[in-house]
Amino acid sequence: MPDLPLIEAKSIARHFGSVQALQGADFHVNRGEIVALIGDNGAGKSTLVRILSGTDRPNSGEIRVNGEPVLFSSPQDARAAGIETVYQDLALAPDLDAASNLFLGREVFKPGLLGRLGVLDRAAMARRAREAMSRLGVQIRPNAEVFKLSGGQRQSVAVARAAAWATNVIFMDEPTAALGVVQTRGVLDLIRRVRDAGTAVVLISHNLPQVLEIADRVVVLRLGRKVAEAASSDITVDDLVSAMTTGSLRRWQHQKTGNPSND
Amino acid sequence: MTSQVPTEVMPDGGTRRLSAILGSQSLALLLVLFVLVAFFSLMRPDAFPRIANILNMATDASILLVLAVGGTYVILTGGIDLSINGVLVFSGVIAAQAMVWTGGDNPPTLLVGLVFAMLAGAAWGAVNGFLIAKARIPALIVTLGTMGMSLGSALLITRGIDISDVPDSLVVGIGSGRLMGVPVLVIVTAVIVIAGGLVLAYTRFGRYTYAVGSSPEACRRASINVAGHLLKVYLLAGVLSGVAGYLSLARFATTTLSGHTTDNLQVIAGIVIGGTSLFGGSGGMFGTVVGIIIPVVLLNGFVVLGLPPFWQQVAVGAVLIGAVYFDQLRRRLRDR
Repeated sequence: MPDLPLIEAKSIARHFGSVQALQGADFHVNRGEIVALIGDNGAGKSTLVRILSGTDRPNSGEIRVNGEPVLFSSPQDARAAGIETVYQDLALAPDLDAASNLFLGREVFKPGLLGRLGVLDRAAMARRAREAMSRLGVQIRPNAEVFKLSGGQRQSVAVARAAAWATNVIFMDEPTAALGVVQTRGVLDLIRRVRDAGTAVVLISHNLPQVLEIADRVVVLRLGRKVAEAASSDITVDDLVSAMTTGSLRRWQHQKTGNPSND
Repeated sequence: MTSQVPTEVMPDGGTRRLSAILGSQSLALLLVLFVLVAFFSLMRPDAFPRIANILNMATDASILLVLAVGGTYVILTGGIDLSINGVLVFSGVIAAQAMVWTGGDNPPTLLVGLVFAMLAGAAWGAVNGFLIAKARIPALIVTLGTMGMSLGSALLITRGIDISDVPDSLVVGIGSGRLMGVPVLVIVTAVIVIAGGLVLAYTRFGRYTYAVGSSPEACRRASINVAGHLLKVYLLAGVLSGVAGYLSLARFATTTLSGHTTDNLQVIAGIVIGGTSLFGGSGGMFGTVVGIIIPVVLLNGFVVLGLPPFWQQVAVGAVLIGAVYFDQLRRRLRDR
């Protein structure tokens, strides 16, 4: 049986007034891969991710999840389709503990009358949060308040939360932008473990060497369209820069010389 | 490797749950309260630690505590409710008026009064909640406005003259009544405080209250209806102000139009002294109880010692500033 893409977006267009953010962009994500979505500022990456995660709607185009056409009218719709998003500013409540953040908006009630009165099953949530985090090798206590965690640990909580709920795809917007070297390494390892656990990851990043290091496939957007797409093993940072700025990958040159020189 | 770095040592299990309820600041404050009680008891063993005096203090604290339960929810969301004293007086007037219209001096009449007091409080709470959550006007301004509006309306309705036509059974039964030696006011307050504390600590409503105050944006992204939750919280504060107005009516046998002018500030001071952050997100009901009781004990203690009771205001002001300073230190750690 041919593997359908988890998510497939075809000819997505989105304009804000006269500004064309997306002009018929195509994009797809396969199971078990890390896809990097790159492009210069204004290329349409964020708009595309917002559309695919349900926070924005396209003016035209089609989105399919596991082959089925879908219409996301809210982030809840996207979540119901197994799509989670890790935002650049994390979207964690710092005063709540890690388990509470993992279950924020998806609280588990106690069984019986107490649960119907709105009483939370803290023990169950703490246990499941611990399991979800340890599956990904995140060693953070479920009852640790987020404000007491380091930046990398906070990012780990955010990623673990997305991974705990995403059955299909996680979108991550610059997940290591605010982190130091060691913490970045930890988060990249975590992203690989998420991928290895079967969830596809879409990464938005400006850090091109990092993109090549972690992504299986790279998609380049420019002026609202997909201009290039390649396995990350086949390309170099210079190729990506070229694609982002001129719209062409210069792959012929790369393949001829192995080390593209300046024009 | 980040994810492998062990977290800071956190107390585990049961002790953590206890500390979640108490909070470290309110634990320190509990110590302060014990020291105060011990000090006044040693200075005047014949007067201060007497049952009668303790019940007296509990009664003094009761109406403020009812207001503070709602106020704690409001401040935890990062908001403020200055209107509680105005709503208290307004609700008392409406309840008194309703009982005058109903006539009679029997349980149904008292119930009518309670229902009207709660409805009047709920109405102001809804106005506050709508203007803050939906119209996005700062809570400080909205509730400053509704404080004036509710108090002014109460004065308009009564033409500035207190309504003292309060059913005797309300005054005798609830206002000065006792159940097994304990004032009914104290029992009612205890029930409200405990219910409010349990809901805050153990239910989703309580958790969303902390979450909304901690990061509204995180809540929106988790599909939590932030505006809806704020509306409910201000509604709760309004209803409890209504209940407080009813209790005030019972205790003083009159509408006390000019008797609650600083209740809002006393309540906010107590909540903040109790460790609830003015910026929202952290704190709790236990701290609020201690924070409300400390000023009451101070005032009583100064009176018992024969010191000018005005010292209480000076002491409470200093404690308030200290409490906010500690909160700032904590937040600097949080936002590092």
